[in-house]
Amino acid sequence: METKTLQTHHVPVRYFEGGKGEPLVYLHGAGGVTAQDPFLAKLAETHHVYAPLLPGYGDSEECGELRDMLDITLHTWDVVDALGLKDPILVGHSMGGMIAAEMAAVAPNDVSRLGLICPAGLWLDEHPIPDIFAMLPYELPAVLFHDVAAGTALMTAGVALDDPEWLKGFLVQNARQLGMAGKILFPVPDRGLSERLYRVKAKTVLVWGDGDKLIVPAYAHAWKKAIAQAELVSVPEAGHMITLEKTEHVAKAIAKLG
Amino acid sequence: MKFTWFNLMPWPYLPDDFREKHRSVWVDIDSRLFDPAKAHEVYNSYMDMLEYAGTLGFDGIGVNEHHQNGYGIMPSPNIIAAGLARRTSDVGLVVLGNSIALYNPPVRVAEEFAMLDCISGGRLVAGFPVGTSMDTNYCYGQIPALTREKYQEAHDLIRRAWSDPDPFAFNGRYNKLRHVNIWPRPIQDPPPIHIPGGGSVETYDFCIDNTYSYSYLSFSGYIRAKALMQGYWDRVAQRNAPDESPYRAGFAQTICVADTDEEAERLYSEHVSYFYNRCLHVYGGFADAPGYRTIKTIQTGALSQYAPPIGGYSALTWKDLTEQGHVIAGSPETVRQRMEDLIKGLNVGNIFCLMHVGNMPMDKCMHSTKLFAEKVMPHLRNMFPDYKDDNRFWCKPLAKQVTPGSLPADKEVAAMVGGKD
Repeated sequence: METKTLQTHHVPVRYFEGGKGEPLVYLHGAGGVTAQDPFLAKLAETHHVYAPLLPGYGDSEECGELRDMLDITLHTWDVVDALGLKDPILVGHSMGGMIAAEMAAVAPNDVSRLGLICPAGLWLDEHPIPDIFAMLPYELPAVLFHDVAAGTALMTAGVALDDPEWLKGFLVQNARQLGMAGKILFPVPDRGLSERLYRVKAKTVLVWGDGDKLIVPAYAHAWKKAIAQAELVSVPEAGHMITLEKTEHVAKAIAKLG
Repeated sequence: MKFTWFNLMPWPYLPDDFREKHRSVWVDIDSRLFDPAKAHEVYNSYMDMLEYAGTLGFDGIGVNEHHQNGYGIMPSPNIIAAGLARRTSDVGLVVLGNSIALYNPPVRVAEEFAMLDCISGGRLVAGFPVGTSMDTNYCYGQIPALTREKYQEAHDLIRRAWSDPDPFAFNGRYNKLRHVNIWPRPIQDPPPIHIPGGGSVETYDFCIDNTYSYSYLSFSGYIRAKALMQGYWDRVAQRNAPDESPYRAGFAQTICVADTDEEAERLYSEHVSYFYNRCLHVYGGFADAPGYRTIKTIQTGALSQYAPPIGGYSALTWKDLTEQGHVIAGSPETVRQRMEDLIKGLNVGNIFCLMHVGNMPMDKCMHSTKLFAEKVMPHLRNMFPDYKDDNRFWCKPLAKQVTPGSLPADKEVAAMVGGKD
């Protein structure tokens, strides 16, 4: 994947681009995405992939003007526009799925294919979503991965967690990334999307890990109910980081969109 | 010097195995540990203690705001301050403070502080904290990255509500008000404002630019506060403030006084241990919501100075706590010497004396408080002769104050009715 930058009304936006085929815009989750992400590489085997970073993610510039769901939804439409795309396949994981669904609800005639990978954005009182903003780094793998040991190794690879310089870098990255994510996810990741999903006209594929402990599969059914044209693909032995745990399965499900 | 006797109002009945059985004293503390009938006694004895301190020559008595917190059972400091306003005279009422971003709309703070100032005859010292991340974000649900912007707007609104004599429209991002026109208005124009901070550069600048006093409310003592307060004074110089008055700053210090150093340890060590081991047992995940602190603040490395010591407080003995300055404890002479080090070392004119510690019973608290007031405080009064007339950061009460009991006697009322007939 190549790393590129485009200009929007507010800030320059970093994005990764690669592959050939139907244009596909991928919106990352609250943990962010890198150019080396194996799921992007997999998608790029069959699609022309564009993966923009939300301001503040990676090395991209922060944007104080983006404060709420509408700001972020319209900003992401600005990004699609700046990429010169019309009706690309729109895919999002977790927080990215929430943004993609909002985009499709706000402009239903501009999105005909929507891929939602365990999206955030709904809230069921009987299944409260764990508060990732109140978790210490070592607690995250247990809610993010089906295979907790493998997930832990992935998240902590080669890092000395008590190194002060590393810690400062970690805190800065968290403040930038999760600070931004918090604008739509904190303290409860619901910004009224359930009341707008009826507007979505896109052919929609929902992908969910059976072992998702962050946004449990009960949510998959709530989404399916809310979007008339949605097909649900359930993946066994996968947690919330399904794009890393079952890369091929997710890519195959997304391929149903064309 | 301005000495404020301060009570955090800790819950004194946290069990011995609190650390082992519970993950946090704050945010998700087990509500079954709270006993409302016991709280009836706790609140009243704490208010008695504040009133007692008010009779001993302290300049102020202080209260603060925390939520869902086992070491601070005072979600509304204004309620306590209202009670104190009636039962005290002369002493400053230091409300440090109201987390102004949490009030909806924030004119509520302008109104309540104005009420307190009027009831107390101009004795209010007001505090405007951003609020800790635990209170503001985790308990009260404010979005971390927007908290400071909301705070700034609340501040601007309150200041204008106090000063603008005419109704005005306020079109803020977080507050849309067509008719702002508070009744009552504060006696003081405006009340002095203290801003509790934890090392944010932005907060330094905010205090300097508005002539507010910067308060560092730490539990880790004056020795570890040195770097942070120096950062503030460097900033005061850099920003060309007109002076370096020590009253531009305040510091909270845990203090325990006894007749001898040995007696101090014997009387107070278990209560100090209760505070540092049980009351400060906060789950790390609630310490700092991402986005609550600015990048600039994290990058200055200020965090390391107010993070708990390595190993946590629980590893510290009485000797560690006193020698490292977390707690200033001992005979009046020991305490006086260490207070001098604190006051000179940090260049602070406002001291928030944390003299009720953990589960300390009232008799011990009275003993320590009286010794401090009589045998320590008088020797520390004239630390900054060059600034003795600097009243910018303290309340200016009315010369003539009314006291409770202003009603006429029943027979005068009867006479009034009789006279009319």
